[in-house]
Amino acid sequence: MTASRRTPSTASRRAFVAGALTLATAAGLEAQAAIADDIADAPPVTPPWQKEQGAPVMSPPYGQPSKFESAVVRRENSTGSPYPTREAAVSLTPLQALHGIITPNGLHYERHHAGVPSIDPAAHRLLIHGLVDRQMIFTMDDLMHFPATSRIHFLECSGNTQNWGKPKPEHTVQDTHGLLSCCEWTGVPLKTVLGELGVKPDAKWMLAEGADAAAMTRSIPIEKVLDDALLAYAQNGERLRPEQGYPLRLFLPGFEGNMSVKWLRRLKFGTEPWQTREETSKYSWVMPDGSVRQFNFVMEAKSVITSPSGGQKLGASGFREISGVAWSGRGKITRVEVSTDGGSTWADAELQGPVLPKCLTRFRLPWRWHGQSAKLASRSTDETGVVQPSHDALLQQRDARSYYHYNAIQTWAVSAEGAVSNAG
Amino acid sequence: MRASIFAAALIAVVSQATPSLATDYGIGKPATPAEIAGWNIDIAPNGAGLPPGHGSVSDGARVYADKCAGCHGADGLGKPMPALAGGAGTMGSAKPDKTVGSFWPYATTLYDYIHRAMPFNAPQTLAPDEVYAVSAYVLYLNHLVPENAVLDATSLPAVAMPERGKFVSGYVPDRPGEH
Repeated sequence: MTASRRTPSTASRRAFVAGALTLATAAGLEAQAAIADDIADAPPVTPPWQKEQGAPVMSPPYGQPSKFESAVVRRENSTGSPYPTREAAVSLTPLQALHGIITPNGLHYERHHAGVPSIDPAAHRLLIHGLVDRQMIFTMDDLMHFPATSRIHFLECSGNTQNWGKPKPEHTVQDTHGLLSCCEWTGVPLKTVLGELGVKPDAKWMLAEGADAAAMTRSIPIEKVLDDALLAYAQNGERLRPEQGYPLRLFLPGFEGNMSVKWLRRLKFGTEPWQTREETSKYSWVMPDGSVRQFNFVMEAKSVITSPSGGQKLGASGFREISGVAWSGRGKITRVEVSTDGGSTWADAELQGPVLPKCLTRFRLPWRWHGQSAKLASRSTDETGVVQPSHDALLQQRDARSYYHYNAIQTWAVSAEGAVSNAG
Repeated sequence: MRASIFAAALIAVVSQATPSLATDYGIGKPATPAEIAGWNIDIAPNGAGLPPGHGSVSDGARVYADKCAGCHGADGLGKPMPALAGGAGTMGSAKPDKTVGSFWPYATTLYDYIHRAMPFNAPQTLAPDEVYAVSAYVLYLNHLVPENAVLDATSLPAVAMPERGKFVSGYVPDRPGEH
């Protein structure tokens, strides 16, 4: 773990914990013991799984989670999917059940516009053309021959967190923030491949096109292309999952997820953006002054407490670690503050290492719940000094017509009975 | 072989120290004109990429009824999929109706998107004349072209889109990754 920064708030964090610990009650421990006693195979019994051999190796060859974790799956919004088809829809990552910063590949959120194509990697090609010195075409083998790199980055859908209006109390963190995942992505830096072609000086934008039935296209500014754009063919150590663009996707760290075009088949260089449907009628918003702002690329500083979070029950009073994730498309997270009183007072949470740029950072803060109602909230700051705004502050800049790029502070309400609900 | 790999690596290392991105890994092959032509389907706002051909509003009405109305409604008013027409002047309201006529800033996006992604059950199957025709019909439903309009590579980019002047870029090029 990385020690939290020495700030005036560190002292207040200690007081926060110390005060909480004095509230420990024997009743809480007794309640836990009573629960254990109800389990047939708990001590002093020797459980049946110690009296017989377990499953053999390769059961199955590609390992699966324990059957007891079957509830940890992607799902659609618990209050109903707004999408008329299952091909052009989303599924949400169960953030409440994840630990650390990595999203397992089978739990990475999905946003497809024409379903998941089944692409034979031997038949897949990447064409790079337009304003380049040499127009070239690459096989997957070609791309995997280049010097590669691996980087851990979050990916967040531009439409993640619809808390613009009245919050839905029953929403879990999977509903509110589940269009967010974080993986180690491996591939070749795009600028390495472009060295083979020579990009002409007047090339200012790049069109990226997918090989799905939507032939998804977005225009990418040349500055990002030559900065940290990655042609990714692997995630978390294995080849991309089909839902994540197998066999090849573009990955643009910190930019809205839609731009990291999956099933990437073509890159074209030009002087102006192409004004595709996904960057004109979608992924743009009406500003309060009536203008329409498009090309809103960076996902700004944001954080959310994942435990405790919406839909959970705290049970008997006692020690609870408050934990969550923070991220910024501009760089590293430098600070996360946590409030248990709806933002009246804040304490610095500990940032768990590694703290990486454009990556989820896990934060933790000890807390003791002793049966009081509470409002849990987190607020992140990134290395450029951007502080995650409150709901009201965000709405002073933009309104619900934005739809996209909602990054305001998330609050979970805890009732005296220990029920946690979405307070927006 | 070993020598050439070493040479490529050396060139790559040297090139990193210079402003040039140039490398010489010798990976990939030149794309043929036929390969490029088959995949080069994007249409730019100035009309670059639009193929020969043309389509009328009346032809578009027939294609639309056959291949589009099932999802977008008989008059483009939507259900179950998004509305294509209507909503004029709703940009200033709390719930803007983002149709082609009330929101889309470029008519060329219609051709580009219809060809690459529609119909939903059979993308990239419409002939250029059909795409021009459906584009014309959708623009007609939005009162942006007259009933006798025929669109082609010259006339489609020239269609005036009412909300175009309101679009502004949030991207600031001289600060990479920021806006």
